[in-house]
Parts: sequence; structure tokens; C-alpha cells
Amino acid sequence: MSKLFPKCPKCNTSHFISFLKHAHYVCSKCGYLLRLDAAIRVKMICDKRSFTQFDENIRSLDPLEFPKYRDKLDKSIKETKLNEAVLTGTCRIKGFPSTIGVMDPRFIMGSMGSVVGEKITRLLEYSLGNFLPSVIIILSGGARMQEGILSLMQMAKTSAAVKRLNDNHLPLFTVLTDPTTGGVTASYAMLGNVIIAEPNALIGFAGPRVIEQTIGQKLPQGFQRAEFLLEHGMLDMVVQRKQLRSVLGTLLKIHSQRPYSYH
Amino acid sequence: MSHTEIKKIKAIDIVKLARHTKRPTTLDYIGFIIKDFIELHGDRRFSDDKAIVGGIGFLENIAVTVIGHQKGRNVKENIRRNFGMANPEGYRKALRLMEEAERFGRPIINFIDTPGAYPGIGAEERGQAEAIAYNLYKMSTLRTPIISIVTGEGGSGGALAISIADRIYMLSNTIYSVISPEGCASILWKDAGKADAAAESLKLTAKDLFYFKIIDGIIEEPGNGAHEDHESTAKQIKSTLISTLNELLLIEPSTLIDQRYQKYRKMGVFSE
Ligand SMILES: [Zn+2]
Repeated sequence: MSKLFPKCPKCNTSHFISFLKHAHYVCSKCGYLLRLDAAIRVKMICDKRSFTQFDENIRSLDPLEFPKYRDKLDKSIKETKLNEAVLTGTCRIKGFPSTIGVMDPRFIMGSMGSVVGEKITRLLEYSLGNFLPSVIIILSGGARMQEGILSLMQMAKTSAAVKRLNDNHLPLFTVLTDPTTGGVTASYAMLGNVIIAEPNALIGFAGPRVIEQTIGQKLPQGFQRAEFLLEHGMLDMVVQRKQLRSVLGTLLKIHSQRPYSYH
Repeated sequence: MSHTEIKKIKAIDIVKLARHTKRPTTLDYIGFIIKDFIELHGDRRFSDDKAIVGGIGFLENIAVTVIGHQKGRNVKENIRRNFGMANPEGYRKALRLMEEAERFGRPIINFIDTPGAYPGIGAEERGQAEAIAYNLYKMSTLRTPIISIVTGEGGSGGALAISIADRIYMLSNTIYSVISPEGCASILWKDAGKADAAAESLKLTAKDLFYFKIIDGIIEEPGNGAHEDHESTAKQIKSTLISTLNELLLIEPSTLIDQRYQKYRKMGVFSE
């Protein structure tokens, strides 16, 4: 793919990169929201130079000695120059301090193994220790198969960390982007105190193909898309990408006040 | 066995035993172990999911809440039980019963045996992911002892959703996995037929989970497996439950949930 003229993966139209950037990586022809590298997302959401990364040196091992996993990890690290599928740190959004986690589509489809689970948990624990709200921008194919049961248990670990946060009156805001499926949806993604989704994002527990195979029928139009989830009461709002930073800023602002302080 | 090698048991053979249709189900175990059992129904929101059963009764002289996935033993029963694959209302019923247990100071016993959460249109519409996530969230701080026992298939999120516990055991011929061997094989090699290799790679047997410090112990099954002798399998489970409960009942609630948090906090393998 040309770096100067990237193509929309949906309609194949080439866009001049600076126009695309200006349009928040939304295709002007067909409206498709391009998947964003974590670093680009950080720039889009956080105040300038406010992001400080932590835990950047935690790396995945291959505890199951799963076929080809080591190669897959090495390739992802080389291609993304990231150590894992999530960036975590502290930042400010419209002046309000927060922790932030951003998942990256290029790293084994943002799947959650031990490291993603650990980094998300540490982010939530850091928020707890420093009385900060948390924002997590989610993009994930689910639990990482290659780490087997260890991946599954990250769902329990991260969900318990959200509970501790909430028990101490600290909020989590989740932004569900395309795709948010499997074990990540069934843990911290759906535990946001406010849950936001990007337009048309695929969000669900089971993948559409698995459902089709199980029930032996075609899925209805728009099934498991953000607007469908909103309609079924699973989300608070669907927000356009260009409004996201401002909506998050307002949420942080409102939650920074506690007019009736009972503790 | 004199001139033949003692063969290592293959993971896929344990998968087959774990799915054996003659294995005891949750209601079978309850019949053997729990006195004065009263089954309770419904999530008070939508329906009564028959893939998960739950109720109250006595383990020896201790009042307990018991919950578990319920499979059928023939096609007709399995259709009624949806093959032990719960919809959101199943997980919500389980949580309702667990909150009742906490309210009335009853320990909770969970039997885990499911291929997974049901992948269906209604399940997604009613929030399968939310139902599972919310159970993980709430169970992490329930102020009463929880013991979970994998009695067959521990199928992914659908198993995890009612298995958060202070102590987790697996019967010796059971599995617990992030994905089914068939699902794994079809994603990795586009061939569900390679389930044998996937089962091996996923490290999903009781021994594997004990090695990775996910479970606290393995309960040995009699003879060739639980399907051959329901009663003595139930007896083994009962004695494990009683000794574990006697230990957990002495721990005060805030310590209990702190230890539960630390238990899951430690799970995962990475370098730094
Ligand atoms: Zn386009």
C-alpha cells in the first residue's frame, strides 16, 4: 500500500494521506472508518504531548509452545515496532487527566494474551492508586488462542480490576471500534461505565460465521453492528470519529465532579 | 503391558472422555451429593435457561447454593438443555442465585460442563458478552466462598462465566480451554478435522491446567472414567468439597475476596 496514497480497504479509492488524516481516516467516498494504529489513535484523542507510556517492555512468551506462535510474535513486533497489542499510559484529554489504553489492529488482531491482560490490569490498578478515570479504546478479535487457558483467564483478571475501580467510585470509559469480539467484549469492553462505539463497528461475542454455521441461516442486515447494539440497549452511544475526543473530554469533565460526596 | 510401550494418553482422548454422553451431569451429582435440594428457576428478566440449573440444599450439614451447566443424555433432552450452551439469561439466572447465596451467607458450588456460550442471534441481541462480563465482574467480590469443579467440558467464556472461585478443581478426564479443538483447528489450519493436533497444542487437560497454576487440584476419576461409576465419582467430589469448604469457611469475607483477586491477578506468563 502506498504510504502517500493509501487505499480505502472497502471501496479501493486512493486518498492523499494528508486529506485522509484531516478526515480522521474516514473514507470520503464510502464513509468507511479505516482501522487505526494505536499511535495514530493516541494522537487523535490525547492532548498534545500529554501521553506518557508505561509498561512498554512487557513481552509475550510462548508458554504453550504453540505451533508458529513465536514466529507470529516476532513478525508482529518487527512490523509494528510495538511489543504487544495494546499501548497503555497516562494522558490528558481536553485538559482532564486520565489513563488510556489503545489496542492495535496490526498485532495479531488486537488479541488478548497474558501481556494484554496484564497491561490492562496494571492500567486499571494505576488508575485506582492515583484516583484517575480510565479510557480504553478497544479493537480485538478476542482472547489469543495461542496462549490457551492463560488468555481466557485474562478475562477474569481484567474484569476483577474493573470491579475494584468501580467499588472505589472511579469510572471506566470504553470505546468499541471495529472489530470488538470474543473474550475482550465479554470482559472489560462491556464493563465500561459509559460504552461508546464507532459507527458500523462489528461488536459481539460469537463471530458472525460461527453463528451462521450454528443456526444454519443467514444473519439479518446490520446484525452485530454498533447501531444494532445501540438499538438493543448494549451501548450508550455511537459517536463519529471526529467527535470522539470532545465527547471523551466532556465525560471526563462531568465525572471529575462529585457534588454529593458520601465518602 | 510387558512388551508394549505405555502410551502417553492423547489430549484428544481426554476431550472424548470429557464429552462422553454417559458422564454424570450436574443434576446427577446434585442427586448424589446434596440433601433437600430445591431447584430454583429464572433470571427474573426474560426466561428460565435450561442449559444452566441451580438451587439450594445441604452438603452434609452445610446449607449451600449449587449451580451448573446441564447437558442432556439423549437428543431430546439435549435439545431441551441446548446441549449445555447457555444464553445470556442462563448466566443472569446463575448470578441471581449467587447473589442470593451471598445475601444469606451460603457458600456456592459450581459444576462446569459446557461446549461454550450459545452462538445465536437472540444471544447476541440480549447481550451474551455483557452477561458473561458482568458475572466475572460481580463474582470477583461476592462475599461468600465459591468452589468450582470442571466435570466435563470447560468451554471458553461460557465456562468461565460461572467458574470464578476461591478454589477450582478439575476431574481427571476433563478439559478447560479458550476455544474448542475443532474451532482452533478450523481457524488455524482451515480444517476442523485436525482437532487432534489442536487439542494437543491448546494444553487443555487437567494436568496442563494444574501445571499452569490455573486450578488448585485434580479429582481422580474411577476406572476408565466417571461414566463407568457415577456414585464413586460423586463421592470423590463430595469429600473434596467438604474439606475445601471447611477451610474456606474460616476465612473472613474481606480476606477471602482479597485472596480471590490475587489468585486471578497472578494468572498469565510474560517477560519484563
Ligand atoms: Zn471507501
